[in-house]
Amino acid sequence: MDTLNPIVEWLAAACVLIGAFFLLVGAIGMVRLPDFYMRLHAPTKASTLGVGGVLAASLLIGWAQGRFAVAELLITLFVFVTAPVSANLLAQAALHLRLPSRASPPEGLEPHQSTE
Amino acid sequence: MSVLQTALTIGIGAVAVALPLCGWRLLRGPTIADRVLALDTLYLSLVALVVLLGLRWQTTLLFEAALIVALLGFVGTVALARYLSRGDVVE
Repeated sequence: MDTLNPIVEWLAAACVLIGAFFLLVGAIGMVRLPDFYMRLHAPTKASTLGVGGVLAASLLIGWAQGRFAVAELLITLFVFVTAPVSANLLAQAALHLRLPSRASPPEGLEPHQSTE
Repeated sequence: MSVLQTALTIGIGAVAVALPLCGWRLLRGPTIADRVLALDTLYLSLVALVVLLGLRWQTTLLFEAALIVALLGFVGTVALARYLSRGDVVE
């Protein structure tokens, strides 16, 4: 790994740092947010971007070392396809379970309810 | 220590902090859907950790392991979410 181009090395380091930062932000958001729907919002997007950043660094290093990184490309495609699907299924399950939401109803949907 | 090694160390540390946070939500989650969501995030963080360790140890064997972890995580999340919403995994 010491024969890497310095530009590739700096780019890969930046991708690793960005990905790890977004993974940490997603985990903190999942702990801190008050409601299941907000908690669903935090880690699905942030973790997708975090895994994407880490895998982009891995792809860069693999291509700089001259091997075609099939496994990393497959993981990237798989994660980017399946993360919205699993988030959608979890949201459906939460709606089916009628989990309470702290969001106010949309404007004009229930006119008789007093706004807080 | 090169730039990439330093970044990998910081990244592994950050993911190692993120994993117990997901585990806390997995143990404490007020509803069952929170636990499933925490398990999904735990799987994604584990994929990132395995890829980072593969870069750190300069081996390509761990990338296939990360692919298998990602597959198992998606299948597990889909099965649990369908069990929660339908009461049955496969009709």
